[in-house]
Amino acid sequence: MAEAVESPGDPGTTTPRPLMRDLKAVGKKFMHVLYPRKSNTLLRDWDLWGPLILCVTLALMLQRGSVDSEKDGGPQFAEVFVIVWFGAVTITLNSKLLGGNISFFQSLCVLGYCILPLTMALLVCRLVLLAEPGPINFMVRLFVVIIMFAWSIVASTAFLADSQPPNRKALAVYPVFLFYFVISWMILTFTPQ
Amino acid sequence: MAAPDELAFHEFEEATNLLAQTPNETTTRSDQLSPKGHVAVTVDSGASYGAEDEVEESDKTLLQEEKQQPGFWTFGYYQSFFDVDTSQVLDRIKGSLLPRPGHNFVRHHLRNRPDLYGPFWICATLAFVLAITGNLTLVLAQRRDPSIHYSPQFHKVTVASVTIYCYTWLVPLALWGFLRWRKGVRERMGLYTFLETVCVYGYSLFVFIPTVVLWLIPVPWLQWLLGALALALSAAGLVFTLWPVVREDTRLAAGVLLSVVVLLHALLAMGCKFYFFQPLPPEPMASPHQATSQPAATGLPPTLPRSVAA
Repeated sequence: MAEAVESPGDPGTTTPRPLMRDLKAVGKKFMHVLYPRKSNTLLRDWDLWGPLILCVTLALMLQRGSVDSEKDGGPQFAEVFVIVWFGAVTITLNSKLLGGNISFFQSLCVLGYCILPLTMALLVCRLVLLAEPGPINFMVRLFVVIIMFAWSIVASTAFLADSQPPNRKALAVYPVFLFYFVISWMILTFTPQ
Repeated sequence: MAAPDELAFHEFEEATNLLAQTPNETTTRSDQLSPKGHVAVTVDSGASYGAEDEVEESDKTLLQEEKQQPGFWTFGYYQSFFDVDTSQVLDRIKGSLLPRPGHNFVRHHLRNRPDLYGPFWICATLAFVLAITGNLTLVLAQRRDPSIHYSPQFHKVTVASVTIYCYTWLVPLALWGFLRWRKGVRERMGLYTFLETVCVYGYSLFVFIPTVVLWLIPVPWLQWLLGALALALSAAGLVFTLWPVVREDTRLAAGVLLSVVVLLHALLAMGCKFYFFQPLPPEPMASPHQATSQPAATGLPPTLPRSVAA
């Protein structure tokens, strides 16, 4: 992770990083995702704690209970995890193969943090589903998911688009679109058992 | 433990010594070449050119050597397969949507620069679109007949992606192997590289993406019409591309090959239609006791009619 902290006097021992400082760094990046503007904070001081927290939250909430039949249900915990991380790795590889000049972990960091709007959409959907089901229920969830999907795309392209040469921007952005589309679909079709 | 700067200094010397001994060798990146390297080439070649010409010569040989394919263990090797611009990808997609008899996809659109971006992401899109629209038909079916149990059917994503990717990689592999064998038998046949074959197959699957989305419309004859249209376009693209290569072969082999290609394509299309899409149940009648037909894919037991309707 960036910003390694070592006490200058003794090589080989490190003062343990205070937890609050890490949490503050993660929180600061959440804010950058929610209000995306051109800043280098997400890229320069990348970390993977935020994506991990978001992915675990997403997977825990989307997984189906163990009593359901094996074949016919929503995704398991591991399936969500695999989709998010393999998807992010594939997009990063794609971006680098196309000639982008962003590093591997920076890209993973950005893609992971930009799942935040969709996680918020999942929480809202969960609350909305407590009310009675019906077409209005579905329309509200659809509206929320679409807004958050657009927010995720805008946030991630704000950080990632500059790293590609201009004649290949669309090629690099399309897989990001597909990635968040699939996650949005999983959130929209979520039905608690 | 030596200090880091000492090691760096030695490396630098070694590189220039090597270059002095073997003027045709290149380092991995030309901008690492020191001026001393150029001077060493001049001294060893001993030809009677002007100093400027010799520097140009060494530059040219360096460029030529750099254009050789890097080994398959390097990242640059795979980067050469993604060397396309947005406009090129769009042009290739357009070429696959509108096949014309004389218009060879490989020669006209790929032009010796096959890419892996198109096939990979078209397959990924098609797999997800198949799973999602298949799920949507279940939603539509449930709205008609509330007794159908709706579930997200997440395993279909796995099935779709495995099927599509295997088709796009294994069938071109078999085709390429078969063509190579035939070329060994009859010398005059042309040949496509493996990547060009994968490209042709990958881009030919693009027409199925809008077709699958349009299969949501629950009108059976329209679905079959759209499926047939997509299959015709896609298979025509494949046949027109393979024909120049295959026409040197015997009639029998050419005919068999082309019909197997079209048949496999048709099998893929029909398999997708039957596995991912289920027929819509009939309109619910006024009284549920008078329903006499059952939805095919759900396996519900037929309801017993209370009174026989005329």
